[in-house]
Amino acid sequence: MNQLRVVAVGHVDHGKSTLIGRLLHETGNLPDGKVAELRTIAERRGVPFEWSFVLDAMQSERDQAVTIDTTRIWMRTPEREIVLIDAPGHKEFLRNMVTGASDADAALLLVDALEGVSEQTRRHALLLELIGVPRAVVVINKMDRVDYDVHRYTAIRAEMEALLQRTGVAATAFVPTDAREGENVVAAGSPRMAFYEGPSVLEALIALPERARGASDALRIAVQGIVRHDLQRIILGRIESGELATGREVLISPARRSARVASLEVWPPREKVTARAGESIGFTLDGPYFVDRGDVISDTGHAPTLATSFRARLLWLGAGTLEAGGSYRMRFGTRTATVEVAMVERVIDIESLGKGDGDGIARTNDVAEAVFTSAQTLPLDVVGDHPGLARFILLDGLDIVAGGTILATLNTGSAGDLVPVGHLLDARARARRNGHLGAVVWFTGLPGAGKSTIAMEVERRLFEGGCHAYVLDGDNVRAGLNKDLGFSPEDRHENIRRVGELAALFADSGTIAIASFISPYRSDRATARRAAGAAFHEIYIKADAATCEARDPKGHYAKARAGALPSFTGITGDYEEPQNAELVVDTSVLSVEDAVDTVLAYIDERILAPVRPGGSLLARTPLEADSP
Amino acid sequence: MTLLDELEARSISIIREAYFRIAPLGMLWSMGKDSTALLWLVRKAFLGSVPFPVILLDTEMELPEVYAFRDQLERDWNLDVRNELCPPESSIDATLAPATRAAARKTAGLRELIAREQLRGVIVGIRRDEQSMRAKERVFSPRLPDGAWDVKHQPAELWDVYHTDVADGQHVRIHPLLDWTEVDVWRYTQREEIPIVPLYLARDGKRYRSLGEKNITVPIDSKAASIEEIIAELETTRQPERAGRLMDHESEDAFERLRTGGYM
Repeated sequence: MNQLRVVAVGHVDHGKSTLIGRLLHETGNLPDGKVAELRTIAERRGVPFEWSFVLDAMQSERDQAVTIDTTRIWMRTPEREIVLIDAPGHKEFLRNMVTGASDADAALLLVDALEGVSEQTRRHALLLELIGVPRAVVVINKMDRVDYDVHRYTAIRAEMEALLQRTGVAATAFVPTDAREGENVVAAGSPRMAFYEGPSVLEALIALPERARGASDALRIAVQGIVRHDLQRIILGRIESGELATGREVLISPARRSARVASLEVWPPREKVTARAGESIGFTLDGPYFVDRGDVISDTGHAPTLATSFRARLLWLGAGTLEAGGSYRMRFGTRTATVEVAMVERVIDIESLGKGDGDGIARTNDVAEAVFTSAQTLPLDVVGDHPGLARFILLDGLDIVAGGTILATLNTGSAGDLVPVGHLLDARARARRNGHLGAVVWFTGLPGAGKSTIAMEVERRLFEGGCHAYVLDGDNVRAGLNKDLGFSPEDRHENIRRVGELAALFADSGTIAIASFISPYRSDRATARRAAGAAFHEIYIKADAATCEARDPKGHYAKARAGALPSFTGITGDYEEPQNAELVVDTSVLSVEDAVDTVLAYIDERILAPVRPGGSLLARTPLEADSP
Repeated sequence: MTLLDELEARSISIIREAYFRIAPLGMLWSMGKDSTALLWLVRKAFLGSVPFPVILLDTEMELPEVYAFRDQLERDWNLDVRNELCPPESSIDATLAPATRAAARKTAGLRELIAREQLRGVIVGIRRDEQSMRAKERVFSPRLPDGAWDVKHQPAELWDVYHTDVADGQHVRIHPLLDWTEVDVWRYTQREEIPIVPLYLARDGKRYRSLGEKNITVPIDSKAASIEEIIAELETTRQPERAGRLMDHESEDAFERLRTGGYM
């Protein structure tokens, strides 16, 4: 494929739209009558005709003579098709500039010969690196304004070389031009710039290497969703890198289960055994594994790292500031996770492109490096190895406030690439003998929501189904292990921390530990999750406060109302609802039996099925449709 | 990967993102070459089926061949077609020029449909190369509550990490064909043997290059009687694709007014 997408960037007024208008005109890519039509419009408005009018078709842009949003134009040459993406140079439209750049294979970076390298030039170079545009053709434009001076050309060229070297963008040419007059735009060898022996802008674009997909050979597929077809569960996704083939062993993350590819599915149906990077594909696995949207399919050898913390570089687009403590939703691959800013390490200084120290706060349009944490264990790639799934956006409510890339994973807790192979095999051996994985099934919810009732019934059903299961709750833990703890906030945190560690050990031994605790604080539950890693399953036993108080199985609400239980969670209202529970069981609408079955169905799929395909704790009921 | 393979794979991935993230979802089908190719891509994305309704904004002004094509594909492809009758021209902004006003009936029809069905997402087969206003579009393009397009405040859209959340009471337009060109669509139609309305092929020296309603669209001079000849014609023409669309030429900002008001 010979098509190339090129984004034109640089300071406002350095002549991008003019260069593109001129390129299109001289390569015969404008419709008949377009230039005449625009000349007529300009005349009617009493303004001189500009080549940039070709692109700035929108009324408001013609009035202000700046590009507001990214636009694109197809330019056909005998050698290759070039899609030109015109991106705005104004600082206030930076979000549109990165939008244009994120689709590009290369950049045209313009510098005004008279004004030289500006702050915006530096910022755009920095953003090209962040977005991942690998190459640039540098155009030193408006040479007429410096009388085609070779020294001016050489000085700017040297400055741009140094700048691009620091950002890691490779410059393939430095073309001196006068775009308005078309000098060195399509044909090289402008007599006014005899000192220059390199290619014209067009020649430099044609000489750029082809787009390469999949910087790495390792398999990556972000699962988009599952559809059922002829009783098969077909996993849908696009191959980000690597190759998928029938019979191949793959790993599902973050569950870290391996499976074999049973078939590749395409329509119209045909026999297909391999699929390559870039393809949108459907496939089935050789067993009823629980795979869901957001999971990552990889080779068994080069899996994404499981981590709860990472360092990232990002462009901050939010109207407010980015600082420690901020909480955002992050989208990467097909997964959405809640992340918290642990620290803004540095804001990049645009003048030096060096790492300024700053005050730990990033402001609108800053490029910053920050450390993030997540309560959930996330399957993460770093941009240097697998760029596709290392790119993310941050959302604050419904607003996109940042785009960035993951530089490093920091807290790789459990089961990452660092786990010794022997350990993983031990866990597998235990799971094989037990017929299920070791797990922590963590029930959280208000007093009276039904945690204990459901936990005890689930434990009984698991036992009858041949599973090793044990309920940990306040009664059996506070009687011994935690009898030194009271009910102060510190003691309550410590209580949950110990239970989390204990449950993780149970899981490690191969048991299904059912931990039934109010555990009102997200941070405490996050600690418990970190202890158990991917074996942790948070189940929110949900019921509204009024329902719980009406039930009051232990008489606690009555006591609390009477003032006998001063820090009782149901009354003080300090329960923090889970945001990312694996399962929500709403007991204000479900009967006890249905609530238990809901939990068992989940355990079936996530804890039993990986080891015991087809085995079930339930009389097989039809599963919910996978589609929304 | 060929260019067509690359375009196809990206479109399928966009269609799947829309489906797995946004509900209720619908797709506009004008029976033209673009939205029919898009329908084909939807079938590829979901292994043969089209898992959401396919909506025709009907002004009752389509050419008879177009209606016949709809009926045939509805049967052959087992589509859930919703025929949405658009409000009459008398109810449309009278300051618009005549053909623009006729075209705006579709905007009004779409607005009514979205409100009635509470749609959160509408898949539309527009392309960036058709028209300079469409060139500025996003793949996931959020709309204001009245369906209008706030072109000056579009959100960033980075790589293929799409922002698929929809505000309450609003909808998002999804544009899987944005990167395709007219000739890409024809090459793909030829390669995949996708059916087309015969009006695209020249008869008696005329053919429709862009297929709109009969009251506001005119055929162009052409001898291209097969898809192969259309592709050859497009490789040399310097006429814009929408030259036969009357509303684009009534005033300088006609299409801009249509689009910011919520037109496709």
